Amino acid sequence: MKRRTVIVTLACLIAVVALVLVGTVVGSSSLTIMDVAHTLIGAGTPGQQLIVVELRLPRVVAGLLVGIALGLAGALMQTFARNPLATPDIIGVTSGASFGAVAAIVLGGGSYAVGAGLLTLGLPVAAVIGALVTSAVVYGLSWRGGIDSYRLILIGIGATATLTGITSYLISRAQITDAAAAAQWLVGSLSGVSWSSVWPVLVAVLVVTPLALTQTANLEVSQLGDDISTGLGVALQRHRLIIIVCAVVLTATAVSASGPIEFVAFVAPQIARRLARSSRPPLLASALLGAVIVLGADALTRGVLPGEVPVGIITAIVGAPYLIWLLTRRKENLV
Amino acid sequence: MTLEARGVTLAYDKSVVFEGLDLTIDEGRITTLIGANGSGKSTLLKAFGRLLAPSAGTVHLGGHPLRDLPTREIARRLAILPQKPLTPSATSVRDLVSRGRHPHQSLFQPWTPNDTVVVDAALEATGLVELADRDAGSLSGGQLQRAWIALVLAQEAQTILLDEPTTFLDLSHQLDVLELVRQVNHDRAATVVMVLHDLTLAGRYSDRLVVVGEGRVLADGTPWEVLTPATLKRAFDLDAIVIADPSSGTPLVVPAVRS
Repeated sequence: MKRRTVIVTLACLIAVVALVLVGTVVGSSSLTIMDVAHTLIGAGTPGQQLIVVELRLPRVVAGLLVGIALGLAGALMQTFARNPLATPDIIGVTSGASFGAVAAIVLGGGSYAVGAGLLTLGLPVAAVIGALVTSAVVYGLSWRGGIDSYRLILIGIGATATLTGITSYLISRAQITDAAAAAQWLVGSLSGVSWSSVWPVLVAVLVVTPLALTQTANLEVSQLGDDISTGLGVALQRHRLIIIVCAVVLTATAVSASGPIEFVAFVAPQIARRLARSSRPPLLASALLGAVIVLGADALTRGVLPGEVPVGIITAIVGAPYLIWLLTRRKENLV
Repeated sequence: MTLEARGVTLAYDKSVVFEGLDLTIDEGRITTLIGANGSGKSTLLKAFGRLLAPSAGTVHLGGHPLRDLPTREIARRLAILPQKPLTPSATSVRDLVSRGRHPHQSLFQPWTPNDTVVVDAALEATGLVELADRDAGSLSGGQLQRAWIALVLAQEAQTILLDEPTTFLDLSHQLDVLELVRQVNHDRAATVVMVLHDLTLAGRYSDRLVVVGEGRVLADGTPWEVLTPATLKRAFDLDAIVIADPSSGTPLVVPAVRS
């Protein structure tokens, strides 16, 4: 790793730690750092225990993991397709996961009626299946003896539109309580996240991150083109499969935990790449920057903005102008 | 480490380019594939470099079918420079050339001092030492092509395949690149197979010319054996006179005036 990349990664790590602390200490009921520390070692009052361990911690941990998952998934897809627009939210992975999850909420007979068992397992599984099927279809349709990133993006946009339509239809046909739950979930929010929705994304991050890091050198070489990568000994088919599965699993589990938080997968790797001045988004820095963005946006919704605006709204408001700015820049500046 | 095609059929989708082709590459020499546009010379080079799998027959490297060898192991013995590789952004010439070490590295053996030595030697051989810290995107066409060749040299493969290494270069830079190829062939006893368009330069820098067309090898031999008016007429539909190049003594192809 280059020195500058190391520095950027460490800076992101420090920011993440700071935001985790802020998220745990700051909130509507005022606790001091000492109170929180006492509670964490089990010496707090039952009230403090509830606030810190059951309300604040799962939210912060979910924000951390969702941000890492989205940032890493975005970096993997952008590098793989050699195009910053080829992020999971644009090429249909996120909408596939959302469709799967909403189908589970609506068709599963009611999210809150069926109980925690279905939510813990059913939602992430449905999201992963939805995301995998969507990516397989999009990837298959855009394959022309190689990956053509513009085909991938255009077909992905089509898939996103289709799936969003079907998802809306599902919601319109659903019981009013399910529809409300699904609609609220679709905005992308960390409020009301419980430990049960944290576990799948935790497992995904712990398993996928090392696997993705084994592909660092291959990603580096594959920037030069498919033929030369093969010539340099990259087993391209296997490499592509690993990258796609990693990105899909990360995105889908993240979406199942918090709903789709827009633009994180798109923005975080691009900012990380510009900070590190590298030829492609650095994986670890992108992941950590994803966490910075999600945790930062969540801190804003809780501390600064009135009435708990969902995280997904904030990232969309910040991310969309960035997308437009990137689109209006010259093409050669894209990855 | 012989490279040979045995009964190879090459096709894109349904259109067959070669059928049952046999060709053995000479070790330690420079072989150039020539032929008209669309004759399949690049296709054949791709098959030798395992970028295109034959639909029948096999390409053998050192007696083993390419498809049975791990791709990384092939990469240590055989390097291929395709047409139009992508120049990464924010990457120095040295970093670009360093990627040639990829097949020699693994997760548990990321970078050794020997890798640095090899990359330095590749930069030296291609005259890029002074440009090593420049951004690859800022190089001129000729410099960039030398950087790609340096990457291939850093791969330390005994067999080197080059697909049209002189395209888009002016004549002087074409000569630079071909002199470099000859020097590599000489200094490292490397086997070189390349595709060239310019017949006179092909004749000057090759030990052996292979003319392809009509789905097979049309002519095969030394430049003087191959570059005859009859072969040029057949392979390129070109009326030409072949004389001795006053500078090098190799065949010089002079196209006849078309009336």
